[in-house]
Amino acid sequence: MQIEFTLNGRLIYEETRDDETLFHLLRRKGCYSVKCGCETENCGLCTVLVNGVSRLSCSYLAARADGCDIVTLEGIQKEAEEFGSFLSAEGAEQCGFCSPGLIMNVLAMEKELDSYEEEKVKEYLAGNLCRCSGYMGQLRAVNKYLSRGENRNEC
Amino acid sequence: MIRFKNYVRAESLEEAYNLNQKKSSVIGAGMMWLKVQNRIKMTLVDLSGLGLDGIEETDEEFVIGAMCTLRQLEIHKGLDGYFPGLFKECTRSIIGVQFRNGATVGGSIFGRFGFSDILTCMLALDTYVEFYKGGIIPLEEFCSQKFNRDILVSIRIKKDGRRAYYASSRMTKTDFPLIACCVSAADDTYYVSVGARPARAELAVISRKEEADVKKLAALAAERFRYGTNFRGSAEYRKHLTEVYVKRLFMALNQEEG
Amino acid sequence: MNVKMRTVNTSVIKKDAKALVTGKPVFTDDLAPGDCLIVKVLRSPHAHALIRKIDTEKAKKVDGIVCILTYQDVPNKRFTMAGQTYPEPSPYDRLILDDRMRFVGDAAAIVAGETEEAVDHAMRLIKVDYEVLEPVLDFRKAKDHKVLIHPEDNWESLCPVGADNRRNLCACGGEEHGDVEGLLEKCDYVVEQVYHTKANQQAMMETFRAYSYLDAYGRLNMVASTQVTFHVRRILAHALDIPKSRIRVIKPRIGGGFGAKQTVVAEVYPAIVTMKTGRSAKIIYSRYESQIASSPRHEMEIRVRVGADKNGILRAIDVYTLSNTGAYGEHGPTTVGLSGHKSIPLYRTPRAFRFKYDVVYTNCMSAGAYRGYGATQGIFAVESAINELAEKIGMDKVKIRELNMVREGDIMPAYYGETLKSCALDRCMARAKEMMEWDKKYPSVDMGNGKVRGVGVAMAMQGSAISGVDVASVELRLNDDGFYTLMIGASDMGTGCDTTLAQVASDCLECDLDQIVVHGTDTDVSPYDSGSYASSTMYLTGMAVVKACGEMRDKILDKGAEYLSCEKDTLEFDGSRVWQPAGGLEISLKDIGNKVMCSNNNMLSAGASHTSPVSPPPFMVGMAEVEVDKETGEAELIDYVAVVDCGTTINPNLARIQTEGGLAQGIGMALYEDITYTDKGQMIQNSFMQYKLPSRLDVGNIRVEFESSYEPTGPFGAKSIGEIVINTPSPAIADAIACAVGARVRELPITAEKIYREIKI
Repeated sequence: MQIEFTLNGRLIYEETRDDETLFHLLRRKGCYSVKCGCETENCGLCTVLVNGVSRLSCSYLAARADGCDIVTLEGIQKEAEEFGSFLSAEGAEQCGFCSPGLIMNVLAMEKELDSYEEEKVKEYLAGNLCRCSGYMGQLRAVNKYLSRGENRNEC
Repeated sequence: MIRFKNYVRAESLEEAYNLNQKKSSVIGAGMMWLKVQNRIKMTLVDLSGLGLDGIEETDEEFVIGAMCTLRQLEIHKGLDGYFPGLFKECTRSIIGVQFRNGATVGGSIFGRFGFSDILTCMLALDTYVEFYKGGIIPLEEFCSQKFNRDILVSIRIKKDGRRAYYASSRMTKTDFPLIACCVSAADDTYYVSVGARPARAELAVISRKEEADVKKLAALAAERFRYGTNFRGSAEYRKHLTEVYVKRLFMALNQEEG
Repeated sequence: MNVKMRTVNTSVIKKDAKALVTGKPVFTDDLAPGDCLIVKVLRSPHAHALIRKIDTEKAKKVDGIVCILTYQDVPNKRFTMAGQTYPEPSPYDRLILDDRMRFVGDAAAIVAGETEEAVDHAMRLIKVDYEVLEPVLDFRKAKDHKVLIHPEDNWESLCPVGADNRRNLCACGGEEHGDVEGLLEKCDYVVEQVYHTKANQQAMMETFRAYSYLDAYGRLNMVASTQVTFHVRRILAHALDIPKSRIRVIKPRIGGGFGAKQTVVAEVYPAIVTMKTGRSAKIIYSRYESQIASSPRHEMEIRVRVGADKNGILRAIDVYTLSNTGAYGEHGPTTVGLSGHKSIPLYRTPRAFRFKYDVVYTNCMSAGAYRGYGATQGIFAVESAINELAEKIGMDKVKIRELNMVREGDIMPAYYGETLKSCALDRCMARAKEMMEWDKKYPSVDMGNGKVRGVGVAMAMQGSAISGVDVASVELRLNDDGFYTLMIGASDMGTGCDTTLAQVASDCLECDLDQIVVHGTDTDVSPYDSGSYASSTMYLTGMAVVKACGEMRDKILDKGAEYLSCEKDTLEFDGSRVWQPAGGLEISLKDIGNKVMCSNNNMLSAGASHTSPVSPPPFMVGMAEVEVDKETGEAELIDYVAVVDCGTTINPNLARIQTEGGLAQGIGMALYEDITYTDKGQMIQNSFMQYKLPSRLDVGNIRVEFESSYEPTGPFGAKSIGEIVINTPSPAIADAIACAVGARVRELPITAEKIYREIKI
């Protein structure tokens, strides 16, 4: 079937199998940042933004993407670099395989929440698994990133 | 992932219903459960174009569209205002926000899964399910029915003054529950719903007058359910957890009263 | 070493950080050619069976199918998939495809096609007629069982590890030192207990995967997510029965390993497809396959007998390990040794020790290498036993360790007789005690709300590389404009060794970190390295870097002398120039780098291999604070404190993350992760839905500090950190729970139900 959607700001027309997943389609289109870590929706590696909301592309039908605005890390390189610099300043990106999914969800969280208490942040990001870092470095990075505006104001 | 030949975005409930009568059709709601299955079907009937994703609040009830996501349920101000903390508590342990942005209330309820926190919670409230052809029936009645090919349109929770608390036990914070308990109270009646036994939630209605001691009353309530053993836990432990959790939920309800 | 630390011991950002955080396509599946054949493996549904007949005719006719292989199409030459130095201690018990299925998930056929749909379709059409045999699923009954897992004649054990396929033995052995029985008899306090650790999955986020193709020379090229590029080359050569010179293995960015990728799990399948078809081929393991047919930690049951006198001084210790290696023997003979060799030496006081072991085959998934590699299991057992002994004596668990722990300068009879040249274990214990506020919290505090908090402690050690075996090599080249290329054979699996080795080089060469370009790993280009395992990368490869840099500096001085026409011994090199302190002549490194491109006879390249006769142990202390619900047994990890002695921390941030990451895995092993089988041998925890890795809500608060000793044989005084970090949580958490509610759980994972059944308050 034919679908039409916005991918990282570009309108595209695509031929897709009726039962193709968004994950599969995105990687076909060269969005290699989107990773797959499981088959059961537990890991969060495949997180993308669909109309601004963080979703698991592994269980999102490509057919449903018709008319939607899809964003992957490829489309927000500047923001990725910005948060990424906090992550790498802790050494917390480690193998990097979970990083894109985490970054997508952090950016979604930043927009959705109006306050960033540690428990709220941890709970929001609970669906992003990481096996390398033990999560503490990611949390340090997220806390510093979320309070970056305050620090700038102090200067 | 479920595989199918034809994707149809239903444009009306009638269309969705008709397409779904074929055994080779399957309803696509959140897709979260279909993702972990390897079935092969002919047609997937997508309900996302039918406007069933709203939560409406009236003086009498909440009407939750079947396509509302668990995340919507989690953060809805009206629901939280009437049942403080309840829907937050019964959703926040479900895998993660991205998952809850996809999973639907309708999918949880229609599936009547053993592990469903949502079903366990709603069974303790005055809840009804609305089917396209079958009309509105109490949730408890639906729970004991066989699988049907009707379309679930909404879930309705009456504002009957019940107060409710939810608690679950899990091995990791976002795992399936080892046991799930929801207790609501209206006057002298407790509605005790226990799920993930590992079987699906069932309801026991118990009067406060049956026993003054809260621990013994909880034990009486726990007696009313059957428990099973799987690799997450034994039947005996599940029963013990139920006794403890139900007791604590009774105490929380009593404390609230003052 | 007299080199000044400039980047060493600073937290520089990893060289690949930006690419990783911006999602650049640098992993195996991002690099695979678009027209790769998709390769999948048809897996046995039976734990033990013979293939009577396998019919692939219908499957071959599926449109898009290019190749289907069965046991009849592969060499009948057994090999091992274990990534170890040759000759491997692991038995040669594998075929690429066998007619005997030895676990649920064992490979029955290989299918390759143009698309995944075609391959999936074909797999459904393959008809296998199995003769189902009785499986051996209980590792306690496996030794001398009438059912043999490896009855074949061409099973082979290259090294004397006590293997005997006719007894289902993958290895056995032991050693004794002093009079264990005599001393135990005289002890005032003796503990004898059995501890049981389970198989655990490394569960790195990137599953096993590889792709292969034939290059312009007709050689097999393999790009694989592996920790052991050179071992892959050798193992493929053995398995395919082709010369090693016909194979090249390349490692791109990989998404975690933790030892899983120290076994050549998936590579052989696309390799044989490429050999048979001439086409590029790719395999991506699903998470399901990575759960049921991979290389998890060896399940071990460890009996510990330990005795002390009335003052709490240990007198003798006796450890017996029964290890379950599963269907194949990878890493079976080698992991078991650490269960004794890297637990017993934590204590200096025992005058006698005994360590015996058996490693048995069963019809469970084949176990492999997982961070800690046997030490983790042994330390759970020994540290728990010591905690139980302290309990019996009525002594504080920190105190018993202060009295008995190994000290710097000790000779360690239970650790190959090595002398301990660097050890800050005592400082680690003191600092951990402070950080945890141990005296206030030990043994437990009733919170008054139905919950009790308890604290527990454990020590750990590991090794740094395999003494006398592991080899690390690097080559260094000076380029025009004065930048260096550092070619390594070690595998950065996200750990950051590409960066930390460059830090070592940049300090040795006194240049900026950006002047070092790191290349790793390509077997056609990189010098030989055993690979990234056994905590060898910094300790061994780092020293190889130091040596190579020394040689390079010398050659630069030679060139400087030549270009300045003066005596070499009047010159110095300060990283950016060769200059003459007493004369004033000088030439910049940049100029040297450019001048050698014209009329030059002496290549400015240096190389070094390094191996070590010793394996200096890193040490650490872990303390856990848990809160247990008295009524339900549910335990929550509140706080975890760890103090690590890894020698000098080359990159403190990365060392800290290694520790936090290892602790999270250890916490998973202690509380959440389990591998169990049905009575038909099916693995139950075959997805992340059932196998519960800790999420960020499950690790409590982790606090890490370092107390550094200085290891004279290591680069800048460094030892290792890669594995030790997973070793403390299981015993520390088990003891915290015992302190809280009197529930002593000796089998992992420690679930709420197990605690509930043992509560004694």
